[in-house]
Amino acid sequence: MAQHQVNYASAGGLPVVLTSADHLINWGRSNSLWPLTYGLACCAIEMMASGASRFDFDRMGVIFRASPRQADVMILAGTLTKKHAEFTRRLYDQMAEPKWVISMGSCANTGGMFNTYAIVQGVDRIVPVDVYLPGCAPRPETLQYAMMMLQQKIRRESANMNKNKKQRFI
Amino acid sequence: MRRYTPKDNVQKKAKYTDRFWVAPQVPREAVEEGSFFEEVVDELKSNSIELLDYYVELGQLVLHINPQDNVKTLKTLKEKKCFKMCSELSAIDYLAQDGEFEIFYQLLNLDKAQRARVLTRIKEDEAIESVVNVYKMANFAEREMYDMFGIYVNNHPYLKRIIMPDDWVGHPLRKTYPLQGDEHAQWYEVDKIFGKEYRDIIGPENRDPARVDRYDTQRFARVGHEVPFGADPELVDKTDTPIESRYSKTFLTDYTTGSKELSERK
Amino acid sequence: MQQPNKLKPFFENLNFERKDNTMVINFGPQHPSAHGQLRLVLELQGEQVVKAYPDIGYLHRGVEKMAENMIYNEFLPTTDRLDYIASTSNNYAFALAVERLLGIEDKVPRRAKVIRTMLLEINRIISHLFFLATHALDVGAMSIFLYAFREREFAMDLMEDYCGARLTHSAVRIGGVPLDLPPGWIESLSNFLNKLPEQIKLYEDLLTENRIWKMRLEDVGVVSKEMAYEWGCTGPMLRGSGIAYDVRKEEPYELYGELDFDIPVTDRCDSYGRYRLYMEEMKESIKILRQLISMYPKTEPKLMAHAPQYISAPKEEIMTQNYALMQHFVLVTQGMRPPKGTVYAPTESPKGELGFFIRSEGEPYAYRLKVRAPSFFHTGLLQDLLVGCYIADVVTIIGSTNIVFGEVDR
Repeated sequence: MAQHQVNYASAGGLPVVLTSADHLINWGRSNSLWPLTYGLACCAIEMMASGASRFDFDRMGVIFRASPRQADVMILAGTLTKKHAEFTRRLYDQMAEPKWVISMGSCANTGGMFNTYAIVQGVDRIVPVDVYLPGCAPRPETLQYAMMMLQQKIRRESANMNKNKKQRFI
Repeated sequence: MRRYTPKDNVQKKAKYTDRFWVAPQVPREAVEEGSFFEEVVDELKSNSIELLDYYVELGQLVLHINPQDNVKTLKTLKEKKCFKMCSELSAIDYLAQDGEFEIFYQLLNLDKAQRARVLTRIKEDEAIESVVNVYKMANFAEREMYDMFGIYVNNHPYLKRIIMPDDWVGHPLRKTYPLQGDEHAQWYEVDKIFGKEYRDIIGPENRDPARVDRYDTQRFARVGHEVPFGADPELVDKTDTPIESRYSKTFLTDYTTGSKELSERK
Repeated sequence: MQQPNKLKPFFENLNFERKDNTMVINFGPQHPSAHGQLRLVLELQGEQVVKAYPDIGYLHRGVEKMAENMIYNEFLPTTDRLDYIASTSNNYAFALAVERLLGIEDKVPRRAKVIRTMLLEINRIISHLFFLATHALDVGAMSIFLYAFREREFAMDLMEDYCGARLTHSAVRIGGVPLDLPPGWIESLSNFLNKLPEQIKLYEDLLTENRIWKMRLEDVGVVSKEMAYEWGCTGPMLRGSGIAYDVRKEEPYELYGELDFDIPVTDRCDSYGRYRLYMEEMKESIKILRQLISMYPKTEPKLMAHAPQYISAPKEEIMTQNYALMQHFVLVTQGMRPPKGTVYAPTESPKGELGFFIRSEGEPYAYRLKVRAPSFFHTGLLQDLLVGCYIADVVTIIGSTNIVFGEVDR
């Protein structure tokens, strides 16, 4: 038996990468995050600007998709009103696992300056949020930094999504 | 004793007003003779429209009319005096003072670049006639007025809530409606998405921008009780031993000796 | 691991086959070319729209209610979030309305007027470039989006140098402007103005005679003169229908009475005409800005109007004089008390006539504030305009009306 044993480490030229499946899967996941074009208000303009020529989001593997079925990340860019909340949850439900949520701007984080009857006071009442992004409106660099933070978070996680039980009610 | 707050107007009010303060009035000028505005007033009078009051305020003609004349007035102004565009239409809530709504129509004459405002007042339970047949823009504007104030508009083609959802309760721009919403508004999205039984799990909205939750182990550090990020709050509470404060100590000065010195100086 | 919730699957989009052979489709509220949160319920006969029903209110933030609970200066930053593509035009429209109410419109120093007019025109350029970028992206010209955003970033750099914010400027105060232009700003503005005409020429070379662009835009979204009057269209929508009315010319505010510029008008009435109009307006804005640059050095360095009853004294006076400090304290904590009365001040924002209707009862809080937003009425027009067009033209028409939902729903 011993003569048939292949020593992968010493056999040169074989394209072998030894890693855990977690690392491999998370490497793939974190480097092609496709967000949903979900512009709600002012922050959507900065989201567009970060996708456009100067800030160029494509270089990070971030390509905006119009359909929730093809998206991994939901960037909630702007004020979420109570009339719209139902649709946000619906779109979140339509996204395929694994999925992440970035809450962009103070309106999405906490309701921000709009402490009124029509605004959801923080989107974490509706969907679980992974990265909160402060600012009114956050600059495109801030959004890119948030995306990098999310990538780091994904790399830390287990590839088995059931293990990453989120400690939230939803 | 709790301070009395009037229920008919819950808007924010000035904390302090001088007893002798009398607010000045923006100058209201009489309509100049021979001006375009005088022609407008004459035209309306000749069509037997009763003008309750009319004057020029900040360069715009203001006409007070009876609510039943509104369509006739606007039609006359549009056809005879070339007020081809209605720029704005809405209402003002005077329910607390007079039990009335004031409805304004902001008109524009494009040839002469002159603006006029038609004002009329209706009681709370009255309806106003729609002006959609005169200006089509009133379609959306009157729906908004209905949505925001609850003013019924007769003969409107599609009178339905436009801005708030259909199952919303209350009319937000009334003075009796609080800025942060009534109970229905505050639980609206939770009730709609998760159901009423989830109210306790999700909890009430945080309307205080300065609030810090000491037992939140995810969003804010527990000052003096630091725990790992995202630790289960229930487990943390059981093994909760306060960490010694790292802040500088406050030293109390002994004022009794100081006062002795003061008395000696006396 | 989907968590359960109450929401049932939405079958509205499945209502395809009806007895009258029409199909009902739901456009939005999350649609990449709906320019925000517009929801359109379209009834289709084949490919043709027979009935369109715009559903708005998905961005209603209660701005008018907030205005009733805020002192006038406190409300000014909220106006940024109305038309968030050209924030300064909202700030200015609100400041103008309050200034007219207070009767201090003429007391605004000339330098402040020059700066305000400059900012308004830069905002017009920013907004028009944004219109071009998104309109072209919706129609299918992706490269224009990238080109126009490049120029827009330069214009936004100018705004950032002046006020520190890219999007929400709050660069205008009631009674003047807070800051003088920073050193070197005029030079960077003139550099930008020298570069911009070449870029506009590039866009025009790419689009104006482009066959696809013309096929998609010509005779699409025809707004006749009567429709424009009836539906309360303003701005480029009105001038695109052959009616020469611009608030800057007809009811001049700020320095527009002294400046030499033209109002482009077209009687093509369609989306293509409106596109040409936007391009010409940008050129006129460049002309205005060049005149303002030469006007700026001739003004005295005074930025806020002198009206102690309503407006705080300059910072040096507050720091050195007791009464100025006391008055400043009262104005900040209690707010100014304008006279009783009503004002409606129209201005020409990039989208159309933006006016603030303010009813004051002599309190530090406005009794009623109504924002006359041009986009609201342009959205109302959609239910008439979309009827009879093809489903592929819907995005062209929405792009061409240039609506912004912060302004529509307020």
